[in-house]
Amino acid sequence: MSAIIHGAGAATALSTFNPVDSKKLAAPCRTNLPARSKRYIVAGSDASKSFGSGLRASHSQKLIANAVATKTDTSATTGTGHELLLFEALQEGLEEEMDRDPHVCVMGEDVGHYGGSYKVTKGLADKFGDLRVLDTPICENAFTGMGIGAAMTGLRPVIEGMNMGFLLLAFNQISNNCGMLHYTSGGQFTIPVVIRGPGGVGRQLGAEHSQRLESYFQSIPGIQMVACSTPYNAKGLMKAAIRSENPVILFEHVLLYNLKEKIPDEEYICNLEEAEMVRPGEHITILTYSRMRYHVMQAAKTLVNKGYDPEVIDIRSLKPFDLYTIGNSVKKTHRVLIVEECMRTGGIGASLTAAINENFHDYLDAPVMCLSSQDVPTPYAGTLEEWTVVQPAQIVTAVEQLCQ
Amino acid sequence: MALSRLSLRSNGFLKPAATALPSAIRRHVSTDSSPITIETAVPFTAHLCDAPSRSVETSSEEILAFFRDMARMRRMEIAADSLYKAKLIRGFCHLYDGQEALAVGMEAAITRKDAIITSYRDHCTFVGRGGELVDAFSELMGRKRGCSNGKGGSMHFYKKDASFYGGHGIVGAQIPLGCGLAFAQKYSKEENVTFVLYGDGAANQGQLFEALNIAALWDLPAILVCENNHYGMGTATWRSAKSPAYFKRGDYVPGLKVDGMDALAVKQACKFAKEHALKNGPIILEMDTYRYHGHSMSDPGSTYRTRDEISGVRQVRDPIERVRKLLLSHDIATEKELKDMEKEVRKEVDDAVAQAKESPVPEPSELFTNMYVKDCGVESFGADRKDLKVTLP
Repeated sequence: MSAIIHGAGAATALSTFNPVDSKKLAAPCRTNLPARSKRYIVAGSDASKSFGSGLRASHSQKLIANAVATKTDTSATTGTGHELLLFEALQEGLEEEMDRDPHVCVMGEDVGHYGGSYKVTKGLADKFGDLRVLDTPICENAFTGMGIGAAMTGLRPVIEGMNMGFLLLAFNQISNNCGMLHYTSGGQFTIPVVIRGPGGVGRQLGAEHSQRLESYFQSIPGIQMVACSTPYNAKGLMKAAIRSENPVILFEHVLLYNLKEKIPDEEYICNLEEAEMVRPGEHITILTYSRMRYHVMQAAKTLVNKGYDPEVIDIRSLKPFDLYTIGNSVKKTHRVLIVEECMRTGGIGASLTAAINENFHDYLDAPVMCLSSQDVPTPYAGTLEEWTVVQPAQIVTAVEQLCQ
Repeated sequence: MALSRLSLRSNGFLKPAATALPSAIRRHVSTDSSPITIETAVPFTAHLCDAPSRSVETSSEEILAFFRDMARMRRMEIAADSLYKAKLIRGFCHLYDGQEALAVGMEAAITRKDAIITSYRDHCTFVGRGGELVDAFSELMGRKRGCSNGKGGSMHFYKKDASFYGGHGIVGAQIPLGCGLAFAQKYSKEENVTFVLYGDGAANQGQLFEALNIAALWDLPAILVCENNHYGMGTATWRSAKSPAYFKRGDYVPGLKVDGMDALAVKQACKFAKEHALKNGPIILEMDTYRYHGHSMSDPGSTYRTRDEISGVRQVRDPIERVRKLLLSHDIATEKELKDMEKEVRKEVDDAVAQAKESPVPEPSELFTNMYVKDCGVESFGADRKDLKVTLP
C-alpha cells in the first residue's frame, strides 16, 4: 500500500554517487517558517518506490559506503523552482548575500581564483573582485583572526576552512575571540562571522582529513553551530548565517556536495535554531544531522517494510538544540535514537542525550540510545572506514531493539 | 627677564612674585600652541626605510598635555596597585607604569578614527583613547559601571566609539585581529590606520609572522608596534629571542626602532608610520621601553632583574621626568605649577576610585546578557523550560 507522507525537507534515498531529484511540491515560501512548508512524497510499500527513487530493493541491504543520492529518472516535479547541486546552492546563497550587502566578503584558501576547493565560491572572485573574495595564504590562525577583527568593525566575513579539520589551528581565535568578544566587551562588539567548511568522514581521505569538529566546538560559549544536509537547507542556512549578528559555524559534509534537489526560485532563509522534520512517524524519534540523515532514511525504508513508523528529525541546529521540536516528538513517540557521525566521547549525541534526559525523562519509555562513530582516527582502508561510521543496518537493529 | 628666570629656577624664593601672577602665567602656558621644535634624545634606527628626522614639531600646549596625561596614567596605575593589595581588584592586573610615553605619544600622532588594539596591559591605552578613569576603576573592581559592564576585567577594556579594540588575554591573538581591523579599513577605503601593539614576549608567536605576511601581501594599513620592555614575564629578551632586533624581524617589512620613554620620539615615529602605512603598507615600530612593576601584581618583578636596574631606569629615563625637565627648561611651566598639576591629577584619580568603589556590582541576570545578539526577534532556547517556538519576522 502506498501512503502519502507529509513532511518537510528533502527525502532522498542514497546509495551511489549520482545526484537524485526528489519529488516534492514546493509550496510558495515566505521568508518566515520556510522549514515548515509541506512536501508531498508518494511512498510505496516496496523499497523500490520509496521516496521517488528508482532503487532496487537489494541496495538497501548492502553496506552503504557513501551517502550521496542516486540518480533516478523521476517524472516532472510540479511547481516552479530550479534544480541544482548542494555546492551550487551554497554558492547561490553566498552570491545573493554578497549582492545584497557590500559588507559580506569571503576569505579562505583558494576561494578566489581557484574557485574554491569544492567549488562553493566558483566565479565569485571574477564578479566581486579580489578584496571581497580573498585568497589567503595558509595561515588559518591568522586569517580567522583577521576575519574576526574585520567583523568587529562591521564587515561580515565568511571564513572558509578548506577542510574543517584545518580550523583546529584557529581554535584559539574561534574560542577566545570569536565566541567571547561580544560578552567581554559588554556588548560593544558584535562578531557577525560565518565560519564554514566541509568536514566529516569522506571517501578514504585519511584520519586528519576526516574530522568532525562539531564536538570540539560545541562547548564554546557565544557561537552558534548549524549543519546543512540538503541543497534547500544549505542555501537557507548559509543566508541565515550571514545575516545573523552572532558568529555561526556552518558544517558542511564532503560527501553531500553533489546532492541534487529542486529549490524555490524565490528568496528564502532557513531558521538557524530550528530542526527539520524529515519524516513524521509514531513509533520512535530518530535524531540525526548532516550525512547520517541519509543513512537514517535508508534505514527508514527497511523499517517501514518491517512495520515500524519512525519519525526522523534532522536537528540542523547543533548549538543550541531545538528542544521544542525534539520535545514534541519525544512526547509523541516516547523513544529516542540519536544517529550521528561524530565520535562517541563528548559528541553532539552525548550532549543531546543529556539534554533529553534532563528535560523529557518522564516521557521516555526506553533509555535514549545513541549511535555514533567509533572513537578511532578514521582509517584509510575502505572497509575499515565504512565501519567507523554508523551504517543503516545498525540503525535498523537499534530501532528494533528500542521498540521491543 | 633674568630675574624671572631666577625666580623659576629657585624653589620658593621670590614665591610671592611668582604667585602674584599665577593666573597670567598659567593662562599663557596652557593656551600656547605656537610650534616648538625639540630634538629627540636618541636617534631612530631604521630597517628598510629612511628614518624620520630627530626634530619633532610640538607646542607647549602639547607637552603640557603629555605631562598631565602621563601623570594621570601613572597615578592610576599606582592606585590600581593599592587597590589590588587591598583585594578590591582580583585576578590578573598588569600595570603600565614606566611605559606611559607610548600611550600619550601615539595619541598625539593619530585621530580617534585610527584603531588601536593591544593585549592585556591596556589600562593606560584605554585612558589615552578617552576612557574615563571611573570606568576603568569600575571595570577593574568588577562593577556594573565598568567599560565592559564588569564582565571583562583588567584584561578586557574596550572602547568602540574611540576605535580602541582592547584588551586581549592571549598574547599574539590580537595581531591577526589587528590586521583584520586594517583590512576593514582598507575595504571601506577610509584613510585610517591600525596600530597593533604587542610585547617582546608575543613577538615570538607564529601568528605575528602569519599576519605580517598577509598585511604585507595586501598592503594593509597596519602598524605593528612591539612594546619592548625587555622582559616577557620573567624571561629577558636575550633568553627568549635569537634575534632581539624586533624591528628587523619583519624581514621584508620596514621597521623603526624608537626610544619608547620619550613621548616626542614616539609621536614622531607614529606620525611617520601612519604616513608610511597609508602609502606602502605595514611597518614595524619597536618601542624601547621599560615597566617598573613586575609582569603583573603577582610578580614582584625583582627575581629576574635587580632593583638597581629598575631604579636606574627610573632616574635616567623616566618619561614623566623627561617631560618635566622639558617644561622647565623651556619655561612653559614652573615647578610649583607642575606639582599643583600632579596634585590635581591625584585628586582626580582618588575621586574616581571613590566613585568606583561606590558603584554597584552587576546583577545576576547579567550573567546571561550579551551572549548572543538577539536579532530578528529570535529567541534562542536550549535545554529550556519554556514552550517557546522560534519565529523569524
